[in-house]
Amino acid sequence: MTGEAVAFWIVAPITVLGGIGLVASRKAVHSALWLAVTMIGLAVLYVTQDAPFLGVVQVIVYTGAVMMLFLFVIMLVGVDASDSLVETLKGQRLAAILAVSGFASLLISAVTRATIGAPVPAAELNAGGNVEGLADLIFTDYLFAFEVTSALLITAAVGALVLALTPRVAPRRSQKDQAIARFRPADGDLSQAAGLPTPGVLARHNAVGTPALLPDGSPAEASYSRVLRAREELEAAQEDEQ
Amino acid sequence: MNPMNYIVLSAILFSIGAVGVLVRRNALVVFMCVELMLNAANLAFVTFARTSGTLDGQVTAFFVMVVAAAEVVVGLAIIMMIYRSRRSASVDDASLLKL
Repeated sequence: MTGEAVAFWIVAPITVLGGIGLVASRKAVHSALWLAVTMIGLAVLYVTQDAPFLGVVQVIVYTGAVMMLFLFVIMLVGVDASDSLVETLKGQRLAAILAVSGFASLLISAVTRATIGAPVPAAELNAGGNVEGLADLIFTDYLFAFEVTSALLITAAVGALVLALTPRVAPRRSQKDQAIARFRPADGDLSQAAGLPTPGVLARHNAVGTPALLPDGSPAEASYSRVLRAREELEAAQEDEQ
Repeated sequence: MNPMNYIVLSAILFSIGAVGVLVRRNALVVFMCVELMLNAANLAFVTFARTSGTLDGQVTAFFVMVVAAAEVVVGLAIIMMIYRSRRSASVDDASLLKL
């Protein structure tokens, strides 16, 4: 067994496992992590196949950029957004698996019957270096495709900007507006003009969750964080539901 | 080693990706399965480059990667937009055009 064969039979099952994990996990985050496993496995397979440049690009572009983008969007959409297991079309899952296994067996049986030549040794394939050889091709034969690619990338970047843009509902509050709201409030109440009381003042703890105490010993409501109050109300509502 | 092994692995990965596209309902996971299919095709390209003794297959795989990156950017922006307006990333909920 050559070193390449050893690498293949170790990495290939891992890539297939990653693919199955991608399809079978219920949570989108787990799917993304399984896909990262598959992509790293593919990078290893590229390197064993005398394509070191593509192996590195695979790690940088796919596991680096694309998967991070996926995880970022999962974070925005909500980590807990797991798939519903309800079948919208009855029997669609079974039919899909049957159809694809039929397709796979057709593909594999057709492809294995074809005659493809023995692999060219690396010294011949990458004569003068892999990166140099790729650069030779990209900047001569594939120059037009390469330039069109740049147009594609700039279009994609602008398209993502346009799609992700949200129109502003309320006008932006500038520093001037905030200062006016603080020192010239509509109800004329200037008691908070010097700023809200800091949490924890005169209390037993100075944690952000501890309200400041007033001289009479009662907690100062204004010192308690708005975010913490909203979170407590949310948790209380969730407990009520259960 | 027989390069046919790589081609068979590529076909298997492509089929797994196809199952995912057909079965999963979460738009993000469907998208990831499309990526898996593109990667499977790339593996076949690299293998064919090796058997043919030229680097053209590797150049093609390189272009596939570039196009996939652009596709991911726009696709995820669309998913984000749908999620923002419909509060769901499920492909079943985006059925506004259905009669």
